[in-house]
Amino acid sequence: MPSDYLPIAVLTFFAVGAAVSIVGIGHLLGPRKKNPRKGQPYESGMVPYGPGRRRVPVHFYLIAVLFILFDIEIVFMLPWAVVLRDLGLFGLIEMVIFVLVLAVGLIYAWKKGALEWE
Amino acid sequence: MISIVSVAEWIIKSLVLITIILGGFAYLTLFERRALARMQARIGPNRAGPAGLLQPVADGIKLMFKEELIPDRADKVLFVLAPIITVVPVLLLLAVIPLGPDIEIFGQQFSLGLASEIDVGVLFILAVASIAVYGIVIAGWSSYSKYSLLGALRASAQMISYELALGLAIIGPILLAGSLSVADIVADQQRLWYVVLQPIGFLIFLIASMAEINRAPFDMSEAEQELTGGYHTEYSGMKFAVFFMAEYGKMIAVSFVAATLFLGGYWGPFVDRIALLGPIYLFAKVVAILFLMIWIRATWPRLRYDRLMAFGWKILLPVGLLNVVITGGLIVVLNL
Repeated sequence: MPSDYLPIAVLTFFAVGAAVSIVGIGHLLGPRKKNPRKGQPYESGMVPYGPGRRRVPVHFYLIAVLFILFDIEIVFMLPWAVVLRDLGLFGLIEMVIFVLVLAVGLIYAWKKGALEWE
Repeated sequence: MISIVSVAEWIIKSLVLITIILGGFAYLTLFERRALARMQARIGPNRAGPAGLLQPVADGIKLMFKEELIPDRADKVLFVLAPIITVVPVLLLLAVIPLGPDIEIFGQQFSLGLASEIDVGVLFILAVASIAVYGIVIAGWSSYSKYSLLGALRASAQMISYELALGLAIIGPILLAGSLSVADIVADQQRLWYVVLQPIGFLIFLIASMAEINRAPFDMSEAEQELTGGYHTEYSGMKFAVFFMAEYGKMIAVSFVAATLFLGGYWGPFVDRIALLGPIYLFAKVVAILFLMIWIRATWPRLRYDRLMAFGWKILLPVGLLNVVITGGLIVVLNL
C-alpha cells in the first residue's frame, strides 16, 4: 500500500527541516571575517601545492564495477530469501548455481589482481 | 483515509525519532569520551554540569558561534548541501524499527514505530543507508582539497565494499523469517533470538556495519595522521558538527538495526505481559552494542587500507555468501 509510506514522508519533511535549520543556525550565528589565507585549502600550514582535484586512481572504478555486480546479486537474493520455503529444493539448487557463477567471477577478479592495492 | 489523528500521530512519532537520534548523538559523544577516558586511565570531561552532563550542550553552543570557512575554489552549493545529504538518511533509518509491542492508550491500539509494518522494511534500511555515500563523495569533491578528495574516495570505496557483506548478513534474518518486514522479523524472534541461529551472520553484520559507518578500526577515511581529517577536512563550525552528527547517529541507528534483526528487538522477559518493558529492553541492547563499538575503538589499532579492502572482499564476502547458502540449505533440508 503506497499510503503506508506517508509517515515516512512526514519524517523526511522533519528530517530535512532539522538538517537545514542546524546548518542554518551556524550560518546565522557564526562571525565572518574573511581573509585570503582562510580561503585556501588546509594543508597543515604549507602553501597549497598543485590542483585540489586530481585524477582518480583507476582502481576505485574497478571496485565500483565489482560492487555493482555483487550488489545486484544481493538484490536477487532478497526476494529469493522471502519465498525460499515455497520454492524448496528447486530454489536452493538454483541459488547455489547462481552463487557459483558469481564466485567464479570473484575468483577471476581476484586472480587478475583487481582486489590488490599497491 | 487519512485522518487528522493519524497525521498528528505521525508528526509526534517523527519528532520523537529525530529526538532519539539527535539527543542520542549528543550524549553518545559524552558517553564515548567518558568511557574512552576510563579505559585510558583518565577521567574525561566532568566539569560542565554534574558529571559532565552539560558537556554536549557546551560543545553545541561553542560550535554554533564558530566561524564557518568555505574554501574560495570550492563548489559552494554542493559544499553546503553535502552535510545535509549525509545527515538526512541517518534520521530516516529508525522509521521502520518497531520500538516496542503495540500498547493500549485510552482503549486504542498504538504501534510503537513509525512505519514498521511496511512490507519491505529491510530493503528500506539498506536503501536509505547507502544514500549517505553521496554526501561523503560530494563533500570530498566540492571542497577542492587533496585530502578531502582522497578521504572521500577511500571512504566511498570502503563503504560500498562492506555494503556487500552487510547485505549478505541481512539475508540471514530474512531467510529465517521469510519476510522483508521488520515487524515480522521481530515477531518471529519472541522464542529465539536470531543471533543463536545466525552467529556468523551477526558477526559479519557487526564488522561490516562498523566499516560502513567508518568507525575504528575501519576509520581509514578519517586517519588524522595521514589525511589531516579525511572528507571533512575543509569543514568547520556547525557543518563539521553535522558530519559527526551523521556518524554518531549512524552508530545509534545501526545498533537499533542490529538489536532488531539479531538480538530479538524489543523482546525480553515479561514483555508479552507488560508492553512498556519492550522499549526498555531495546534501549538496553542498543547501549550494549554502542559500548561494544567504543570498547573496540579503545582496543584495536586502525587497519591499513589495503588490508581493509582485502578483508572485505576476500574474507567477509565469501564467508557471507557461504553463510547465506548454508542457511538456505538448512532451512530447505530441515524444513525449519
